[in-house]
Amino acid sequence: MTEGVALLTVFVLAVFVGFEVVSKVSSTLHTPLMSGANAIHGVILVGAVIVAGTADEAGVLVVALIAVVLATLNLVGGFVVTDRMLEMFGAKRPGPPSAEVAAKEDGA
Amino acid sequence: MIPVWAQVCYVVAAVCFILALKGLSSPKTARRGNLVGAFGALLAVVVTFIAYDIGNLGWILLAVAVGAVGGALGARRVAMTAMPQLVALFNGVGGGAAALVALLELSEPARAGIERSTGFGDFAWFALLPGDLTESEISRMVEILGTGSLTATAFTALIGSVSFSGSVITFLKLQELMTGRPITFPGGPFVFGGVLVAALGLGVWTVATGSVTLAIVLALVGLLAGVLLVLPVGGADVPIVISLLNAFTGLAVAAGGYVLENALLLVAGTLVGASGTILTRAMAHAMGRSVSSILFGAFKGGSTAG
Repeated sequence: MTEGVALLTVFVLAVFVGFEVVSKVSSTLHTPLMSGANAIHGVILVGAVIVAGTADEAGVLVVALIAVVLATLNLVGGFVVTDRMLEMFGAKRPGPPSAEVAAKEDGA
Repeated sequence: MIPVWAQVCYVVAAVCFILALKGLSSPKTARRGNLVGAFGALLAVVVTFIAYDIGNLGWILLAVAVGAVGGALGARRVAMTAMPQLVALFNGVGGGAAALVALLELSEPARAGIERSTGFGDFAWFALLPGDLTESEISRMVEILGTGSLTATAFTALIGSVSFSGSVITFLKLQELMTGRPITFPGGPFVFGGVLVAALGLGVWTVATGSVTLAIVLALVGLLAGVLLVLPVGGADVPIVISLLNAFTGLAVAAGGYVLENALLLVAGTLVGASGTILTRAMAHAMGRSVSSILFGAFKGGSTAG
């Protein structure tokens, strides 16, 4: 039971960290940030591996392996596609934010 | 219980994820932030293989290789303009993975405790109708898993499914495999409301009985809810819905972490759930719209046609 409360505590604190950590995101980075966050939840791979590692029936193992493939797609694909987005981003605007971006942020 | 050193590594991975989100919030640090996140994920996965007693190792490594090659190739080859729908697809499969993990976790004590009494052996999954369980078996099941875990399992199965099917619809819309215009039908809001009520009822029933069959039905209802959620959204608003579904997947992963008593999954999922919610609001705000008008605007005639 105390284990449950400990996990609940971690959950509540993580909610506040999550709110706080992206509170100042600039609007040009909305899509890469979404993509990066998307990659992070691909860490469900850890859960899929644990479940697949304890599977002792063929049917369960097959479903668990599907979960492993899906989670890895999410994790690896997510980080790679985010990197590609940011690569494009860096090439396009090496300097400080353009006037267009600044205007957009003022409007927001 | 996993070793202390592994739990410490999980803390390091969690910090990497926080730094990744922080880094991604600013143009100068964005790319480094993403790499820090990738490092954290790699660390977490490697530690899991070492710290847990993982069987079926060959099969699992093969599955990881398939997913990694597929994901990397897809992400490398996709056209720049098609990136948003690829992100939607990755988000969807993540949600699907979370739902499957929850269903499998639920079937674990079911196979151990109830299998013999149904006599279906390998097919226990399909024989576990609520009527098949005696009172004592149900209470034993709920006792093994605990109400908190059962609630989290039902939540993951439902929300993971919503995210999966919703993401598939956003992919189809952005890829122009279906119309980008809002799709509404008479009584749509009532059908959606009915599906939500059904999901809630099924969720409570699943928690009360610990039945795998009910959880599978719950996941199927979740698939329907995801489709109904995204259909009325216009093409121009789809990226904001992807962000919302991204936050959903995060919460599903967090609940999955609770079920598996894995603090890293809990922290990572919650971070994505919380930051994704803020991001969704910020994206809607940048377009001068509110999240509720995007989701339900089509019913009032206010959604963008895309």
